[in-house]
Amino acid sequence: MTRADVPFVSNLPRKGAAGRFFAPVAGFGVTMRNIFRRPKTEQYPRQKLPTEPRYHGRHQLNRHPDGLEKCIGCELCAWACPADAIYVEADSNTPEAQYSPGERYGSVYQINYLRCIFCGLCIEACPTRALTMTNDYELQGPTREGLIYEKQDLLAPLAPGMLLAPHPMVPGTTDADYYRGDVTQAVRKQIDWVRENRPDDPSLPEVHHG
Amino acid sequence: MTVKQEWAMTPPTVTAIIDGIRVTVPPGTLIIRAAESIGIEIPRFCDHPLLEPAGACRQCLVEIAEPGPDGKLRPYLKPQTSCSMVLTEGMVVRTQVTSKVAERAQRGIMELLLINHPLDCPVCDKGGECPLQNQAMTTGQADSRFTEAKRTFEKPLTLSTEILLDRERCILCQRCTRFSDQISGDPFIELQERGARSQVGAFDPEVLDFDGYAPTGLAAEDESGRPFSSYFSGNTIQICPVGALTSAGYRFRARPFDLVASPSIAGHDSSGSAIAIEHRRGKVLRVLAGNDPEVNEEWITDKDRFAFPWSSLDDRITRPLVRGEDGELREATWPEALARAADGLREAVSGARSKGVGVLPGGRVTLEDAYAYQKFARVVLGTNDVDARSRIAGDEEEAFLGSRVAGSGLGVTFADLEAAPVVALIGFEPEDEGGVVFLRLRKARGRQKVFTFAPFVSRGNAKLDATLVPTVPGLEGAALDSIRRGSGTVGDVFDGLSQEGAVLVVGERLAGVPGGFTAAVALADRTGARLAWIPRRAGERGAVEAGALPGLLPGGSSAQSAEAREGVARVWGVSGLPLAPGRAAYDILGLASSGGLSGLVVGGLTLSDLPKTLANGIAKAPFLVSLEVRLSDVTAHADVVFPVAPSSEKAGTFVNWEGRLRPFTAALQTSALSDHRVLDMLAREMGVTLGTPTVEAVTAELARIPIDDSLRPPPPSASGPSAAEAARRAKATTLATWHALIDQGSLQDGEPFLAGTARVPVARMSPATVAALGIEGRVLKVSGPGRGTISLPLAVTPGMVDGVVWLPMNSPGSTVARTLGVAHGDTVSVKGSES
Repeated sequence: MTRADVPFVSNLPRKGAAGRFFAPVAGFGVTMRNIFRRPKTEQYPRQKLPTEPRYHGRHQLNRHPDGLEKCIGCELCAWACPADAIYVEADSNTPEAQYSPGERYGSVYQINYLRCIFCGLCIEACPTRALTMTNDYELQGPTREGLIYEKQDLLAPLAPGMLLAPHPMVPGTTDADYYRGDVTQAVRKQIDWVRENRPDDPSLPEVHHG
Repeated sequence: MTVKQEWAMTPPTVTAIIDGIRVTVPPGTLIIRAAESIGIEIPRFCDHPLLEPAGACRQCLVEIAEPGPDGKLRPYLKPQTSCSMVLTEGMVVRTQVTSKVAERAQRGIMELLLINHPLDCPVCDKGGECPLQNQAMTTGQADSRFTEAKRTFEKPLTLSTEILLDRERCILCQRCTRFSDQISGDPFIELQERGARSQVGAFDPEVLDFDGYAPTGLAAEDESGRPFSSYFSGNTIQICPVGALTSAGYRFRARPFDLVASPSIAGHDSSGSAIAIEHRRGKVLRVLAGNDPEVNEEWITDKDRFAFPWSSLDDRITRPLVRGEDGELREATWPEALARAADGLREAVSGARSKGVGVLPGGRVTLEDAYAYQKFARVVLGTNDVDARSRIAGDEEEAFLGSRVAGSGLGVTFADLEAAPVVALIGFEPEDEGGVVFLRLRKARGRQKVFTFAPFVSRGNAKLDATLVPTVPGLEGAALDSIRRGSGTVGDVFDGLSQEGAVLVVGERLAGVPGGFTAAVALADRTGARLAWIPRRAGERGAVEAGALPGLLPGGSSAQSAEAREGVARVWGVSGLPLAPGRAAYDILGLASSGGLSGLVVGGLTLSDLPKTLANGIAKAPFLVSLEVRLSDVTAHADVVFPVAPSSEKAGTFVNWEGRLRPFTAALQTSALSDHRVLDMLAREMGVTLGTPTVEAVTAELARIPIDDSLRPPPPSASGPSAAEAARRAKATTLATWHALIDQGSLQDGEPFLAGTARVPVARMSPATVAALGIEGRVLKVSGPGRGTISLPLAVTPGMVDGVVWLPMNSPGSTVARTLGVAHGDTVSVKGSES
């Protein structure tokens, strides 16, 4: 006896008489049930709904309260990345150009959003909380180059009391003071330094005359 | 008797038990090595196979029991360091694998080491390849019980411009201080202070709380002003088991996991040291020493380690350049440049007023490149005027190289040098001109007697405890001839060289000494000592093997021998080789500067190494083809410039001074071509098949070149300066000079941190000469036949031969050839000055 000779027997339970009668339109049940409910459709992009608070969106490179960058260029994010989407080059801070507290800062920081899978391993790896994720999900562009975000694209905006890096650390502090949160805003000496070296810097506070 | 013989033939061994496994090793084996041999790894920091045991870090504690006099096992009361203890017969060792005690001891040591170690792994260069980090993960514990403040130091401490020290990361294993003391002999860093304040450091008056003192002895001799200026200091970074020592050039540039390591061969000297080129995205970030026990062991010079940025500077040539109608170089396509070069060379070789073309490959070529250059000269240009020795080089040296060096295979080796009871050095400064050769000689210190034929005992030779055979520059031949059986130093040298295994080392400077090589060969024959020729540049031995010398064909046969020419011509498939004797590099340049040549093909030649009169030959050549990596003073005059690859971007073979083949492959994959490939294309453009498109093709052809010892050139026979000449020299001031290891060489460009570790250039004279010439002032002004004058601080050197002044050859403020137009052994005039 070959397989073709075995008659087909369904495993499904056999329906009753009513079941057999409504069988041709049973598939419309889901449709009928939902036709009287409120639609869930989002009118994106006309209407933008907030994401869940811990949604994994575009990255952000945070700053210390005086505006110095938190990134120290340690590349642990790049190391943790399963998609090889992050490229970092570090360099030494100098008295003329101090970007982060301590000796080392990230001079090149790129995230390739064509590769990123938004898994968040990078922010878990970051030892200084420099890298976090925002809720911004609008990442698109017409070119490949445009989707490689550079450091200036990723840096957090300046909050009040912050000064654009590079500028010296708060006098008398070490990097440990920054990590403990003892630095709360840019101080006079830092503002003076920026005013002297970059008089046109937009992050400088307004000078009040008289 | 048979029993006795058997006993004598079986090497004595020691049998013991480690972790329940029976192990048999030669006597004197450390427990940690014996454990390694059966695959048990005991954690360690201070232990290094090439350094003497120290037992400094205490990480390798194990539990040991040893049989007492009564044969009963007696356990040691406390765990012992396995890195400093020798395995003995019947010992029972229990490592952390089987012993709770050992495991707990190691865990405790790790906790202590980490108490003051900062948690800055994310910013530390060693993070990712750090033995402390790794072993803290494997044998440490995740939680620290230490809640107090960690000890901090100001960081980093600048030991030299290149070497930076973060003292708070240091675990006091003393690998760096032991290396400096035992291997390189530059003990400029040492442990300081006691107890919790123990730290490694250089002579730093602030740290030591000194006032008004200055370094003395060897340290004072370091004229650079910074104490830790050693030619081998970079090795301390590599052996540091934590990130305490870092280099200024690599600091914060990359993490170990970014880097791709490509094994390669160093091209800065003729030792052929094994290195690893570590690169990221097509850019070399650092060079580490490879491990080759037969050649460089695990050490390299700072030049090999740090001098790599030169090939990626802005003046790198990436496309061919052709001189346009307006006299300016412009970028061109390869076909255009090849056509132009072919036309120009064809005209220069066979034009109506042709005076011939010379070929100067330069001393940095690989074996394959050298072979292509000489074949190009002999087959395409029809001349023997090819010479890779871009320095003073004469027929006498060529006769020596042809009769003793070329095609002789592996001669004296590093191991032979180390084992030699006596080594005599002529025209050779091991530390400046030999690099790791110096380290091998120093390794044999105490067992070996070193004699140096020199005007004074240099710092390098002092570290070898060398005995000076006072020699006036230029009269080395006479000094060699004076070595006879007898008393005094002369007799000591003779007796020493007569010993089994003694080696006579000759360097490149002997080429400028008439009668020098003749006397060296005679002395070697007289005493039975073995001869070793150690040139300075990486490509010179390869060039000798490849026949890139005017009078030598590949394989070492003489270009003057008809039979030899026929043999090579048969392999090359040509009707014959040029007959006219070739000229040495300096003669080719001299001829060109007087308008006697129609063209030149020039490889990696640096004009600043040449006297001005000869450098002019480059400018005067009617048609100049240059194969260069970067724009140089040669390309500035060239009609066609072909870009070629630096050794990090091509495959090839260096032949080191031993005669050992040191093949390497391209570390970086770029489109840059090797010299031999460019010459092959150029030859094809001129209608000749050179057959050197690939390394494999050259290797295959080289293997077919016949080697016949009967066709070698005769040994050198030249006479030294006449008695009258010697008497004239005795009255004049003679110049002694050589290249410092770290100087202004073009392969050291773009590395200011390395340049900062160079020794400060000084002019040296003996106290008697200073007095006799009535020199006053702190600065010595030296002038020669050239227009210029070299002014350097005067270093009065006791024990120096009278009537001699020493200058560094090519250091800042002292470009001897270019400024003075003189060489080693020439006479100069000197006067003193206050500034």
